[in-house]
Amino acid sequence: MNPTRRTVLAAALGTALAITACSPGDLGSSDSEGRTTITFLVDNSDASVRPAEGLAEAFMADHPDVVIEVEVRPQGGEGDNVVKTRLSTGDMADMFLYNSGSLLQALKPRETLLPLNDEPFVDRLDETFTPTVSSGDRIFGAPFGAAVGGGVLYNRAVYDRIGLAVPKTWTEFMANNAKIKAAGVAPVVQTYQDTWTSQLWVLADFHNVAAAEPDFADRYTANQTSYATSPAALQGFRHLQEIHDAGYLNADFAAQKYEDGLEELATGKGAHYPILTFVIGTLETNNPGEVDDVGLFAVPGADAAENGLTVWLPGGVYVPTTTEGAELAAVKEFLDFVASPAGCDVQTKAYAPTGPYVVDGCELPADLPRAIQDMLPYFDTDGARTPALEFVSPVKGPALEQITVEVGSGIRSAEDGAALYDRDVAKQAKQLGLPGW
Amino acid sequence: MTRSPYPHWFYLPAAVVYGTLFLVPTFASFYFALTRWTLFDQEFIGVENFVTFFGEPALVQGLTNTLIYAVVTSGLKVVLGLPIAILLTSNIIARGFLRSAVFFPVLVSTIGVGLTFTILMHPSNGLINDALAALGVQGPAWLTDPSYALLSVALVDVWKGVGLATVIYIAGLVSIPREYLEAARVDGAGRWATFRHILLPLSMPATTTVIILSLIGGLRSFDLIWAMTRGGPGFTSDVIASVIYKQYQAGFYGLSTAGNVVLFVLVTAIVLPLSRWLGRKEVEL
Repeated sequence: MNPTRRTVLAAALGTALAITACSPGDLGSSDSEGRTTITFLVDNSDASVRPAEGLAEAFMADHPDVVIEVEVRPQGGEGDNVVKTRLSTGDMADMFLYNSGSLLQALKPRETLLPLNDEPFVDRLDETFTPTVSSGDRIFGAPFGAAVGGGVLYNRAVYDRIGLAVPKTWTEFMANNAKIKAAGVAPVVQTYQDTWTSQLWVLADFHNVAAAEPDFADRYTANQTSYATSPAALQGFRHLQEIHDAGYLNADFAAQKYEDGLEELATGKGAHYPILTFVIGTLETNNPGEVDDVGLFAVPGADAAENGLTVWLPGGVYVPTTTEGAELAAVKEFLDFVASPAGCDVQTKAYAPTGPYVVDGCELPADLPRAIQDMLPYFDTDGARTPALEFVSPVKGPALEQITVEVGSGIRSAEDGAALYDRDVAKQAKQLGLPGW
Repeated sequence: MTRSPYPHWFYLPAAVVYGTLFLVPTFASFYFALTRWTLFDQEFIGVENFVTFFGEPALVQGLTNTLIYAVVTSGLKVVLGLPIAILLTSNIIARGFLRSAVFFPVLVSTIGVGLTFTILMHPSNGLINDALAALGVQGPAWLTDPSYALLSVALVDVWKGVGLATVIYIAGLVSIPREYLEAARVDGAGRWATFRHILLPLSMPATTTVIILSLIGGLRSFDLIWAMTRGGPGFTSDVIASVIYKQYQAGFYGLSTAGNVVLFVLVTAIVLPLSRWLGRKEVEL
């Protein structure tokens, strides 16, 4: 071999090595003391990290032969891309936390995740939760955290002062708003700097949509109905516009973030704030003195008799197909702990519960914040709660939050916004390869 | 044929790096732009992505906004950069310090600048509107009023980028031979005539550079807009790059790749003829 050819070979090898060296080492392995290390990927929100670490510690205390390492990833779209990239390259942690419902379907669970149908915890799951972590007849996840309510947080002190009753219909709600405005309080708080908070009038209205059209979700998935064409579904967009046009919004709605909105609500500068109940943890931290001034009611619809709450189901812990052997055994044991009454208690201790758990035998502590207590009657009454649309249909468009900001700020009309969202949804349905689109 | 002074192996490492990091992704992106790509699998769908992308409701607004943004920022950088450069090449005190001061914002992280100005521009608690209120002026909702949002970001972009334009102009101005200015003074030219007939034409190469650089920067601008408004409120300050990024975030990988191909073609189509035209003007002078 002459010197030139040897150099060429060395250069080629060196470059090839440099390029392949980017992949991280083998994750999850047994160390010299025979302990099994498993990794657990969660998003970096408090509501995920604190329970995840609490669960890991409690589990390791009982299982000295297992080490659980909690890894974090960004939230939102950025985090979705981390999860998809790691799954598609076979580089996923031994187990990971991710949304249930429509977002899970975008991970192609039948190709990338292990079915957990035979695990003992499956029998303990609430029947509304199981379909949201399933594809066909295969179940892929264990519930992490509690159910979340989507409704209207309201200031009870303001209600008492003006002498108002909790509204059961939209008409009653708007009548309350008129009185609240006359009393010098902003009737509805909106926080469009955190765009996701703008979607609640539409998404949390789903109980009312389903009450009017019980087969909406199935027809929606099959492309037989849509937000612009169904009168019941269009109501959510109409409500957004109606509140803006009536001048019921807080002064800085376009520039506020959700923590500012909670502050306005807690201190009585605003009376209503449509939001998800997981923000109660933030409220407890920022306004500990006012937590019990804040109550919750479901988004009011057309009919008082059909009044009920739209519910977000907990995310799931999933196992990628790349987890095997001793790690897989440890992961399965851990999931059995997560979805057990003992696991629920650990989570309750680590982070204030956002609502009821979806595991049989799990109980909530007695000293719940007022807004969470207000959720419970909806869970105890038959037909008074409906899972949000994203848990009963894989179809959800990514641009809804921008569209609802536009409708809620008077930039776009409700009808126009709903039609635009229908086009956004079509892209997602095609990407998922759903029949009928 | 002239023989290359280097043996072939000398090119190999650079060629491999160039191939794997630039050539392969470029051609792969032309292919993936024609697929519905989920990262897990891809399906060839022809030009459907381009049809969807051009039917994207935010795109028309994004295109208009991109053009407005590019023209406003590059125009203002020329209009402000030249006078500042003239000021900073004159015999003023602390010239060195003043030159650094105008260049300083160029060195600061774009995201940091964006977040800072987002706080300064808050409609009711922001320093800018507080200052205006002290003067008795009711300041607008800079970033949350749809009719101001894009221009507010453009102004911040100009503040951040005008230093670079100034430095380019300073280099252009100091390279103008003193003789021209002296000859003009002997012929009785006033300050305005000197500026109009000597400085302005002879700094044309600098103007070309400033326009091209800031126009390209404006056309592919993303980071500042994303840090300050995320394209909002709603879609009102979306530019092409943020429309593309949102498709990527939503997991429409094929669609966002198609968007990048469109952006590539668009930037080329605008900048190439413009640079030819401006280049010809330089020669004519």
